[in-house]
Amino acid sequence: MIRGLKIAAAAVLLGVAGMAAAHAEEIKVGFSPEAYPPFYTQDASGKWEGWEVEIVNAICDEAKLDCVLTPIPWDGLIPALKTKKIDAIMNSMSITEERKKEINFSSKYYNTPTVVIGAKDQKFDATPEGLKGKVLGVQVSTIHAAYAKKHFGDAAAEIKEYQTQDEANQDLAAGRLDATQADSIALGDFLASDAGKACCDLKGEVAPDDEVLGLGVGAGVRKEDTALQERLSAAIKAIRDNGKYAEITKKYFDFDIYGAASQAN
Amino acid sequence: MSSESSVLTAAPRTSAWLQPHRIVLILIAAALVLASVFYMRWDWLPRYLPIAIEGIWRTIWLLVASAGLGIMLAIPLGLVQATGPKILSVPAKTFCTIIRGTPLLLQVWLLYYGLGSLFPQFPWIRESFMWPYLRQAWPYGLLALTLSFAGYEGEVMRGAFAGVARGQLEAARAFGMSRWKIFRRIWLPQAVQRALPTLAGETVLQLKATPLVATITVVDIYNVASRVRQETFVVYEPLLLLALVYLCITGIIVFAFRKLEARIPARLG
Amino acid sequence: MPAVHPSGRTKLSDFLAAVFGHGTLELLALEPPGRGAFLLLGLMNSIMIAVGATVLGLTIGIAGACGKLYGNPVIKDLCEVYTTLVRAVPELVLILLLYFAGTDLINRVLAVWGYPPADINGVVAGIFVLGVVQGAYSTEVLRGAILAIPQGQIEAARAFGMPLMLMLKRITLPAMLPFAIPGLANLWLIATKDTALLAIVGFNELTQTTRTAAGATKAYFTFFMAAGALYLALTLFSNLILGRVERWARRGLPSVGGAA
Repeated sequence: MIRGLKIAAAAVLLGVAGMAAAHAEEIKVGFSPEAYPPFYTQDASGKWEGWEVEIVNAICDEAKLDCVLTPIPWDGLIPALKTKKIDAIMNSMSITEERKKEINFSSKYYNTPTVVIGAKDQKFDATPEGLKGKVLGVQVSTIHAAYAKKHFGDAAAEIKEYQTQDEANQDLAAGRLDATQADSIALGDFLASDAGKACCDLKGEVAPDDEVLGLGVGAGVRKEDTALQERLSAAIKAIRDNGKYAEITKKYFDFDIYGAASQAN
Repeated sequence: MSSESSVLTAAPRTSAWLQPHRIVLILIAAALVLASVFYMRWDWLPRYLPIAIEGIWRTIWLLVASAGLGIMLAIPLGLVQATGPKILSVPAKTFCTIIRGTPLLLQVWLLYYGLGSLFPQFPWIRESFMWPYLRQAWPYGLLALTLSFAGYEGEVMRGAFAGVARGQLEAARAFGMSRWKIFRRIWLPQAVQRALPTLAGETVLQLKATPLVATITVVDIYNVASRVRQETFVVYEPLLLLALVYLCITGIIVFAFRKLEARIPARLG
Repeated sequence: MPAVHPSGRTKLSDFLAAVFGHGTLELLALEPPGRGAFLLLGLMNSIMIAVGATVLGLTIGIAGACGKLYGNPVIKDLCEVYTTLVRAVPELVLILLLYFAGTDLINRVLAVWGYPPADINGVVAGIFVLGVVQGAYSTEVLRGAILAIPQGQIEAARAFGMPLMLMLKRITLPAMLPFAIPGLANLWLIATKDTALLAIVGFNELTQTTRTAAGATKAYFTFFMAAGALYLALTLFSNLILGRVERWARRGLPSVGGAA
């Protein structure tokens, strides 16, 4: 029986090592399996679709990489990248100084403003005075959570952190939150849905804070993977130049989501 | 099981903790702890200490409240399954089966997000007196934990009630004691005594179930550790500290139950 | 909005429609646009992970129980530390620690040997993590079951000069089965429910697929109830099978009376 156990252990180790025979140019791209329309959402047959999914596929095609989409919960993305579970993060993760201490980013591939939406029957704006005494919901480990804690931490009655933005939207529709702060496109999509139309409206854009809100969304890579960082940045530039970016964007938005050209990256 | 010392040995035993292999192991453990203190990142600790203490308090409060309320619910559930008429025992058994057959995480999410998705359909809920509580997350966490504890303990109490010697109950009835008196003086105390060792283990399991409420935004110690991990990007240290906190609370629970069992006169059988 | 009668009370059917959302059956259908196939896929994954974790847990449990009973004092202490730690720390924390630390360790070991990092897929990682947790509980169950074997059989085997492994294979393991089955049945049920915790680390099992489907369709109540029904079906089915297995294992033995 000991012999059997030894054979089994050897088989497991061989299997693990065998799986490690790397395919050329295959990278694992981490993304969070939550509904974040219109950037990514899962349709009934299980395929992930959305603007970001198409852009990621375009970037990978351009960079001649075989990107394997690996689902990892949002708050586990950076640890997974650092422990080499995944090789890149392409999941609407903003480029911020705080994150740049841990990982590197490619150049940005979109930049959109941050807004606050809230219950329809309450009149307030997206400032500390407006949010005084309100219950604000944000997604954990996002620039919005950092911004809310820095600027609205004293004013708001409570800042609740959710695993996904979708859950925060649900609680807003249910009336447990007075407001939520997130990306303008994602919240715009929520406001256009039935639940959003019934409950909430746009309260306004938050005051800018580049340090916390970052300079757009880029692909995250490990600090030592400078080659991959350059390839992804080059691919992003290439799809901007050859029109693929505009072609995909036209399907979803009627404006250029790239945002103003930034100095950084 | 072999006994450690023969009855005939007169020489005193050295303390079990000072045997050579134990000393070596304790030294290795101490070395690991010191290495982790000096080589791992603990600079986040002072900043997060206040909220961590609040988180520990909330965890303990949730544990005590859900266990207390749960056992109060479990006693009727168990009693009704041990004796009661079918019309009461069948729903009780169904409740226990459903609670024990589905994961607690699913129950928590069903209560919080499932019920939450119903609120927009019934606007009158917002005017009701319950709204301040329905708005917050901890009532749902407390309710889910209480129902879960009641479901599992209902089964334990059923066995305990069924295990009390029938002769005692019959003798009490023969003495003319009312049913409530029998329950209060004979049945319940003996059933609790039978169940106490199991209840100690179940309370530890309840402690291990409390982190699940962190997923519905209740700020317990697990939520605080998650927050630390996200804001500082430190991967392992908060989890190690979290494990230590839970180990300590488990130790306290086991100690408390042992004291409780010692107070009850031990009777075998 | 549910229809309101002149008397002010809403009809029961409108209430049910409001609760479950219109088109519940369509949402749960097996073909797209229904997401029922997804839930079943998640259920398959859950079952696979639970089976793998139970098998791994049993293996670790046998080793641990033997270590605790027959090992030298150092092995006994190490096994005791293992079971105490794993049974005192919440599964959620253990899953996170094992997931990140475990795969990190394996990758570093592979790097030392010169292999590139291993691609450990979700099911294998889930099985590893839950298996280690189940191993601690299995150790205690098996230890109790082995201690319940009439000592005479073990002493007779020793008197015959059987080596430990042969005795284990021929006498100990078969004899302890009737005592171990209730505890192991319980462990199986715990394993099926603990797979739900893997949703926190994103594995594609039933609870995670339910959450994603609910998020995409906003029909939270429907999907969570459906997932609950699936788990309940799995539990009841398992109880049926395990009840028969227990009756088979206990054949010829006096029946256990009374308590749970």
